Amino acid sequence: MNDSNALYQDAIKQFAQAAHGHGQLAAATGEAKLDNPLCGDRVRMQVEVASGHIAAVAHETKGCLLCRAAASAIGARAVGQDEAAIESVATALENMLKNETPVPAGWPELSMFEPARAYPSRHRCVLLPFRALLAALTESRR
Amino acid sequence: MSATPASLRDEFPLLAATPQLHYLDSAATSQIHRMALDAVVRHETTRRANVSRGTYRLAEAADLAYEQARQTAARFLNATSADEVIFTSGATASLNLVAHAFGGTLKAGDRVVISLAEHHSNFVPWQMLRERTGIELALIPVTTSGQLDLTSLPELIDSKCRLVAVTQCSNVTGAWTDVATLVAAARKVGAKVLLDGAQAVQHGPQDVRALGIDFYAFSGHKCFGPGGVGVLWGRGELLAAMPPFLAGGGMISEVTPQATTWATPPQRFEAGTPPIAQAVGLAAALEWMMSLDWPQIHAREARLCERLIEGLLRIPGLRLLGPEAQEARAPIVSFEIPGLHPHDICQVLDAHQLALRGGHHCAQPLLAALGAEVCTRASIALYNDEADIAALLDGLGFVLRELA
Repeated sequence: MNDSNALYQDAIKQFAQAAHGHGQLAAATGEAKLDNPLCGDRVRMQVEVASGHIAAVAHETKGCLLCRAAASAIGARAVGQDEAAIESVATALENMLKNETPVPAGWPELSMFEPARAYPSRHRCVLLPFRALLAALTESRR
Repeated sequence: MSATPASLRDEFPLLAATPQLHYLDSAATSQIHRMALDAVVRHETTRRANVSRGTYRLAEAADLAYEQARQTAARFLNATSADEVIFTSGATASLNLVAHAFGGTLKAGDRVVISLAEHHSNFVPWQMLRERTGIELALIPVTTSGQLDLTSLPELIDSKCRLVAVTQCSNVTGAWTDVATLVAAARKVGAKVLLDGAQAVQHGPQDVRALGIDFYAFSGHKCFGPGGVGVLWGRGELLAAMPPFLAGGGMISEVTPQATTWATPPQRFEAGTPPIAQAVGLAAALEWMMSLDWPQIHAREARLCERLIEGLLRIPGLRLLGPEAQEARAPIVSFEIPGLHPHDICQVLDAHQLALRGGHHCAQPLLAALGAEVCTRASIALYNDEADIAALLDGLGFVLRELA
């Protein structure tokens, strides 16, 4: 009956509450704002890229717990990675949700979203911050 | 007829099959009545043929069923003639039809007045018309409780105004529109009035003549009928003066290599094969609705709404959107709980067999005007009962414990 207990495990609540990376960057090289039109989730993601790697990341996220937890995971883990690595994680995360493949390598905390596999309408909540990060990285290259 | 919610619930196949489900999302889609479902199946298995085209007996039977459905819809609306009833794919298509066809008779500088309380489907078509033709689009503001602020009418509805197109009932706050005041203001300047009845129709038959309006739009899936069908009612003389919206088979008088002349309404506005079985199913739902004791149903819906609001207001910090007075609102109750996102709320409620909608409800301008971005909505229909309300209030207790 209480399937939502599995979805809203402590890790998601803790990550959402910690809001790693919340804020703005003074010297962003790329920025993207993405919305989820279904529920109104909204992410503003900023990156500072130096020598092809993320030197700093910051986000302002208005949204559900899943969206906020995903943005927070990025805040905790993305620094030091390059665009190819982020693209690989985003693809692996989408596959984990849709095709039940393993948790993206090097991002063990993303296992907190495994229970969301059962709720396809929520996948976009989890993926939105990653899409925003990729869009910010694309912007940074221009 | 004095049916109870329990006996009414049994008339809806999905609800009868899932006694544990507390369905509180009828503002999005109502459940389909058994008679409507049976009518669709009966039509598709005994009279399925295209309409207005064939001369064989099966086609004649399909024609008859489809035109009888039109007559039923006309009676549901107390229209003067069934020829004023156009079947569409839903309220959105009906509203777009008016924006294109009636909108095609407007010129740059003419004013269309809508309100901040509109569903996007009665907002965006008018913005698009503004882009196409240069009309002026004016907005009736809303009060802090989401009702249309009619003190603005003298400035908005003047000699430039050609059409007032507003919701009859908000899909977010449940606020009823004061139609009589709007119609009086429009009549003074010769403007026409369109009502978006999408949220009103599941609360009883309508009387377009008593309302004094010119166009009325609604969807079948929101009044216990099938999806994929809706109605646009328009005054006969207005429809006769309007150009078609979509072009295709069935809407012409004659096509030559050089030019085409249009059929008379309603066929002029029903290009292509219409949703035949869906219209027949909708008619069955409307016939059933016309047999009900609506004062009794309204009293019950209002009691449930009041009980829900009382319970919600006991939740610390909860903000209720919409009018406080019961008589000013349909049983649609939207709310915010600080720190909790509606999608998370609805997800936890779902685990407790509660079906509610969370989000912006396709009414972003209204939510912005109310100082909100998203909210959670419970909508009550005639098959809901005290157990549904109690389950929701209990469920919100779980939400607070699980998410807070």
